[in-house]
Amino acid sequence: MIDFEYAAPTQLDEAIRLLAAAGDGTRILAGGTDIIVQLREGLRSADLVVDIKKISELTQLKLSGDKGLHLGASVSCRRIYDDQNIAASYPGLADAVRIIGGWQIQSRASVGGNLCNSSPAADAIPPLIAYSATAHIAGPGGKRMVPVEEFCTAPGHNILQQGELLVALTLPPQPSNAGSAYQRFIPRNEMDIAVAGAASWVQLDQSGERIEQARIALSAVAPTPVFAVDASEWLKGQVVSEEVFAEAGELAKRVASPIDDMRGTAEYRTHLVGVLTKRTLATACQRARK
Amino acid sequence: MKTHVTTTINGATVEFLCQPRQSLLAVLRDELSLTGCKEGCNNGNCGACTVMLDGLPVDSCLVLAVEAEGAEIETVEGIAEQGHLHPLQQCFLEGAALQCGICTPGFLVTAKALLEKNPQPSEQEIRFGLAGNLCRCTGYDKIVRAVQAASQASPES
Repeated sequence: MIDFEYAAPTQLDEAIRLLAAAGDGTRILAGGTDIIVQLREGLRSADLVVDIKKISELTQLKLSGDKGLHLGASVSCRRIYDDQNIAASYPGLADAVRIIGGWQIQSRASVGGNLCNSSPAADAIPPLIAYSATAHIAGPGGKRMVPVEEFCTAPGHNILQQGELLVALTLPPQPSNAGSAYQRFIPRNEMDIAVAGAASWVQLDQSGERIEQARIALSAVAPTPVFAVDASEWLKGQVVSEEVFAEAGELAKRVASPIDDMRGTAEYRTHLVGVLTKRTLATACQRARK
Repeated sequence: MKTHVTTTINGATVEFLCQPRQSLLAVLRDELSLTGCKEGCNNGNCGACTVMLDGLPVDSCLVLAVEAEGAEIETVEGIAEQGHLHPLQQCFLEGAALQCGICTPGFLVTAKALLEKNPQPSEQEIRFGLAGNLCRCTGYDKIVRAVQAASQASPES
């Protein structure tokens, strides 16, 4: 690995000053499970690495009834699923963080880092989109908030400007009649990158028979994780049934624009979108009824 | 410029100097002569370099040594106590749960963490718990059986 400087600021404004003062050779370190590999393999370069794990705002993980989930940008996958209240309140997010790498990776890798690495196949991003999560960004020009579905712009690229830092993600509070799920397809049981992935979030009516609101998001089938707007809109008012899930899967396929690569063909990935959308909707509805 | 780091390794305070680019794995092996942890893939896939960092198993190839400032580290060298093998080490030995041995230290560190969290894991829990450790001699069945044997041998069971 080439040489770089290292800084571990303890205050957010100190981190912003460091990031603003340094050039474009500054890289942010949270869990390091992507950036350290990229620096070692020469895929990215760095003059300065800024470790953000000592800044309290970025390590906060807090669930509250009226505000929902506050997820500091450097919080590890493990802390999310180890908290039984959080895992039960946001099962679609818990599904994803339990399958990102093995235990060693989950001890360090953060959901904020998964978002900022902006891989099209990121497992944590579809659940964030399905939950209508908001990205809270701080930079030299102040703070701004962005819906997660607008965050990624291309493989490995996102809306963060020079000197900006993702501080936290917030997920809205969940009513008791809401449920969610994330599933990906991989050819083995563990430790692999998604061939395709889908997250579904639903809110049912009082009877539990009709869908009031739904949000579906997909991974590994486009240059960025995508929000399946049409499928989500169409689900409003539909009766919970296998036929409805299957039709939503067909609609979700229309936003998929996958590539052929060593993990799968475009045709296969598109097929998987239908299957995974249907299955995650079924699980989300089942969870919403509990 | 080298950075001064103070950390705790296997219960003892250890100080070292390192470059920011050096991984914890590189410092443990090359500077501190703790060569139990192995470099397999050096990109977080194989788990041969697993150590405990503040109570959690991590791939030490994906940790910068400078991040270890103030941290508690446990390596495979700290598993045996006062010359007595840990039940896991004894069961790996008796069950021949290794072939070339490169992956073994990583498996031992992760398996110990697994049994501390879940003293009586099912076979599936063992396989998922050890998913971040690869054995390319494909000796998984014997490894799983050794962990099962150790879970029955451990005093808390």
